[in-house]
Amino acid sequence: MEGIIYTGVPSKEELAAAPGVPSRERMEKGRVACIECVQEIPCNPCESICKFGAITIGSQITNLPHLDGEKCTGCGLCVANCPGLAITVINRAFSSDEATVDFPFEYIPLPEAGDTVDAVNRAGEVVCQGRIVRVTKIPAYAGTAVISMAVPKEFCDEVRSMKRLPGEDIDEE
Amino acid sequence: MRKITTDIAIVGAGSAGLCAAYQARSAGAEVLVIDENHRPGGQLFKQLHKFFGSSAHRAGTRGYVIGRELLERVEKSGVTVWLDSVVYGMEKDRSIGVIHDGENIVVDAKKVIVATGAKENYMAFPGSTLPGVMGAGAAQTMVNINRVLPGKRIVMLGSGNVGLIVSYQLMQAGADVLAIVEAAPKIGGYGVHAGKIRRAGVPILVGHTITRAIGEKEVEKVEIAEVDDHFRPIPGTEQIIEADTICLAVGLNPMTELLWMAGCRFCFIPAFGGHVPMHDANMETTVQGLYVAGDVTGVEEASSAMEEGNLAGVSAAASLGLLTFEAAEERRKEILGRLDTLRSGMFGERRRTAKEKQLAETAAYEAGRRE
Amino acid sequence: MRVAKHPILDDLDQSKKVTIYYNGKPIEALEGEPIASALINAGIRSFRLTQRRHEPRGIFCAIGRCTDCKMIVDGVANTRTCVTPVRDGMRVETQDGVGRFEKPAGTAEGDGRP
Repeated sequence: MEGIIYTGVPSKEELAAAPGVPSRERMEKGRVACIECVQEIPCNPCESICKFGAITIGSQITNLPHLDGEKCTGCGLCVANCPGLAITVINRAFSSDEATVDFPFEYIPLPEAGDTVDAVNRAGEVVCQGRIVRVTKIPAYAGTAVISMAVPKEFCDEVRSMKRLPGEDIDEE
Repeated sequence: MRKITTDIAIVGAGSAGLCAAYQARSAGAEVLVIDENHRPGGQLFKQLHKFFGSSAHRAGTRGYVIGRELLERVEKSGVTVWLDSVVYGMEKDRSIGVIHDGENIVVDAKKVIVATGAKENYMAFPGSTLPGVMGAGAAQTMVNINRVLPGKRIVMLGSGNVGLIVSYQLMQAGADVLAIVEAAPKIGGYGVHAGKIRRAGVPILVGHTITRAIGEKEVEKVEIAEVDDHFRPIPGTEQIIEADTICLAVGLNPMTELLWMAGCRFCFIPAFGGHVPMHDANMETTVQGLYVAGDVTGVEEASSAMEEGNLAGVSAAASLGLLTFEAAEERRKEILGRLDTLRSGMFGERRRTAKEKQLAETAAYEAGRRE
Repeated sequence: MRVAKHPILDDLDQSKKVTIYYNGKPIEALEGEPIASALINAGIRSFRLTQRRHEPRGIFCAIGRCTDCKMIVDGVANTRTCVTPVRDGMRVETQDGVGRFEKPAGTAEGDGRP
């Protein structure tokens, strides 16, 4: 069966209905937050952290976050601050053939700018290669790194993370 | 036997106990917190994920950071904390027997708050006693507190928030999680936690269970199978996973021993993990002057435990006359508002209903007692 | 299998080491950690054998409740290794069955039961 409660992956319908997912027109204009929050859980740090008032949840904090695409600058503060790691920033206007996906990442080792990595979809399947554009890990992100990765434009709706990099062998101690 | 007295004694220095201590001390009470562990904080310090809720609940802050700040506040406030001290019993008059520094001491407090938390459930299957089968919380303690990997290739049983979060944290520590196995037809925990697991390439197998742990001296392989509508394994659907460790995330149950000894009345609420102490809206049990807070009142989660601790601390201090009725009511209203928020939404409603039932059963019992 | 580096937590401080003896064999441990984690780090997962069938058992709850991890520590049987911190020179032995107590010096009964 499809859907987040059966698979852990939001279905196309769930994503289409999510008020935090920006419109296709807004996507084309460049950097914008894509909030894939489809379950009513009590949580609102994304609303609190947004300096531009682009995310609205309201006093009933189980409401799904609503994105105002016109106010969103794609700054990405919400990406690192969502406790559910459910927000990415998509930039379809990155170049003629590439888009960037900025996603939260909490594993080590971290990739470095220029690295080629396996870009994965919401189910962890490798869909294409990604090129790391930038890795940001600052105190304000409280341990979460935000990775900006360029992928062929046709995959940017699918790609949501990268495959974990192999660590040092844990046997070598 | 030495006897000591204090205003408020709190058993358990976890999320609920520390919040209760801080509230009671802030109101001016003399507070003694007793915990059998070497370190305070209960299970809060192993919570590495960012908490949910609103800014009032410290949402977006990682659990261990919240724990560190809470502990600092408690230490500064002048609360006495006894660690490595085992509470072995409680009398009906609420006096507490403690082994502290090798000495048997009776603590006679005007009010007692029990915040002993919960322990993990076990599930039996062939091979489930082999070394390498452990509670998910145990694995979490090992990686996040003790900083050792309990295994390298892990199968998690249970897809509630504990199973999902611990799977994620095991991967953060460098282990591989090969699968999360869930007997129910759907995932139990938050979709966002499940989403992180899936993006890491880990399958979440709903409608499956572990049928066998295989190994001579410890876990070497795991056999899983699909289940039917009655959760019975379907023959012929077995698969073998080459895992060295099985983590069980199959729920928790409250650690209520002291409350039974003290003569508290209980009610049975499966959603809260089984038998839970009756208590009123002020967290007072059916034994006067004995309060409860946190998972011992019914298994919820850390933020709710902290708020219940706040509530018990305020109530106990108010009953000693340290807060005016109005001041206490105002504090309680704020806390209850925050608790209400935590018990809302598609996951929280079940806990809200359970808590309402617990309060209603307590009210019915108290009404019967007055007649 | 130490978690030395971690994406969220600081690097593990491994500067203060002690030595414990597992069935006579020296094992390195970190000051303050429970016995159980030092053993797991050394690749030891079987802590005791059951009384009747002598089946191996290891940690289950890691919070001192289930007693599956009990061992003979400095001669004291039934010590919960998940909540007992290591000490330099500590002797830790596999417990077979309910375990025997060593005779504490100067007691008449001699079985050391509390």
